[in-house]
Amino acid sequence: MNEKLADVIQTLKDEFKAEEIVFRGEHTLLIAPDQVADVCRRLRDDLGFNVLSGITAVDYWPEGEPRFHVIYLLFALEENLALQLRAPVPGENPTVPTVEGIYPNANWYEREVWDMFGIKFDGNSDLRRILMPYEWEGHPLRKDYPLGYEEVQFTFNAEEIDAKKPYAQE
Amino acid sequence: MVQLQEITMDELKHLVSDRAIAGETMVLNMGPQHPSTHGVLRLMLELDGETVINCVPDIGYLHTGVEKNMEAKRYLQAEVMTDRLDYLNTVGNNLAYCLAVEKLVDLDVPERAQVIRVILAELQRIASHLVWLGTSALDLAAMSVFLYCFREREMILEILELVSGQRMMTTYIRPGGLWRDVPAGFEEAVQNFIDYFPARIDQYEGLLTRNPLFIDRTKGIGVISAEDAIAHGLTGPSLRGSGVPYDNRKLRPYSGYEEYEFDVPTDDRGDVYARYIVRIQEFRESLRIIRQGLARLKDLEGAPVRSSNRKFVPPPRSEIGTSMEALIHHFKLWTDGFTAPKGHVYMPVESPRGELGVYLEGDGGNRPYRVYWRTPSFAHLQAIPLLSKNHLIADLVAIIGSVDIVLGDADR
Repeated sequence: MNEKLADVIQTLKDEFKAEEIVFRGEHTLLIAPDQVADVCRRLRDDLGFNVLSGITAVDYWPEGEPRFHVIYLLFALEENLALQLRAPVPGENPTVPTVEGIYPNANWYEREVWDMFGIKFDGNSDLRRILMPYEWEGHPLRKDYPLGYEEVQFTFNAEEIDAKKPYAQE
Repeated sequence: MVQLQEITMDELKHLVSDRAIAGETMVLNMGPQHPSTHGVLRLMLELDGETVINCVPDIGYLHTGVEKNMEAKRYLQAEVMTDRLDYLNTVGNNLAYCLAVEKLVDLDVPERAQVIRVILAELQRIASHLVWLGTSALDLAAMSVFLYCFREREMILEILELVSGQRMMTTYIRPGGLWRDVPAGFEEAVQNFIDYFPARIDQYEGLLTRNPLFIDRTKGIGVISAEDAIAHGLTGPSLRGSGVPYDNRKLRPYSGYEEYEFDVPTDDRGDVYARYIVRIQEFRESLRIIRQGLARLKDLEGAPVRSSNRKFVPPPRSEIGTSMEALIHHFKLWTDGFTAPKGHVYMPVESPRGELGVYLEGDGGNRPYRVYWRTPSFAHLQAIPLLSKNHLIADLVAIIGSVDIVLGDADR
């Protein structure tokens, strides 16, 4: 493991009680959701992580507790180091502080996570839906959101399914 | 059924200046069916005369729920969806996904397969840059460049058809290697292309690089500093046009890119013209990589192109008739698929547009638990308001072209 990355991880462990996960040579730090902005600011200002590659989330419904993990993909351009942050967020009114003030490009990523998972970003200047239509209900990438296959019509149920299909009304 | 609602100006108030509310400036839609938006992109523009005061991109018209769909498919089935994201970088998308799967399950890839992957990825890079060059020149009313670019792109699509049977949706790269070895005539077709193409690059340059009309439309337009470009998430040629040599092929090499000799072109000017110069030079660098790849391919004649790890890669047809185990593996892989361990990986590659990253999470089952595509077009669209501030509408057209967006890539 890169010594500089080891230093960074040790620093964050000491200051923010971060927990480290290592898988296939990738380093991930588990942090509390209310610390996200502080950790990001420390990483960008003092530790050289100037690139935010993306923000995404994972839904561990129904077993997972807390339900969501919000993931931040960070990169230090000069040192060539990659680091992921994960913030576990409960399913009830999930909220994470925004990092828009630290990484300006976080705005759209946070909008996407809000749109797809319904996780709110406290302080985001423009938290509208981004991919789905504005009036859409539900958050598609949640695991309790159905995939929405069209039912296959067979001879025995063709009429029954046909009656449910949304045809244009006269 | 979802009912369409009208969006009132109130909900968008924070996106425009006070002058728009007072009625001094005009709010106008550009797109979603405007030819210069390169697909279905809608821009809400606040205009003072012809000057863009604010620009609010509205995306999602091409959202097809690929990430959600991939969660419902087995690892191998999910791969066909990756072609359909960025339809100008189909091989590159397959590559990113396969590399992520290989990283997640810890699977080896034989050297010959790696070399062929690099050759195809670079050919695809050239093809994608050709579409970019053609269409963005067309936006600036340089009609003939478009025709020449598509003529050369056709040669690359024919090579892709030769190896995979498909011009665009190839799905030729598979976890653990390739679908099959390249057919006879592949080396010749690629050699033919790299002999023919350098003269064509000079031709494009002759039409544009010192063309005063083109220079007028591009120099000093959409300038962004290196710091701003990094902060606003630009990657790839758009960032290298601001002088930052950020290239994942160099920084985080994959598929053996570290063994190839090539430069990362940069330009400090940070305007539309600089981004054009960087991409033109990338044509030549890609050709260099392909030339080295072809030389390597000759030394690896007859070497395997698929991993021999039968838990993940199906056995060849010839073994199924003689080996009980091969038959079992074949049956298991095509009915049930392989399983990936619990864990998550992030695999960034350098697509023609910039950093294309696949975040892949496995839960121990045979389907991906979560796939996230970090796509360059999404990031670049976000920077358009910053780039286009206080420029004319005509320049906005040049700027959209210069960051090279593909809406299929942005909307997923």
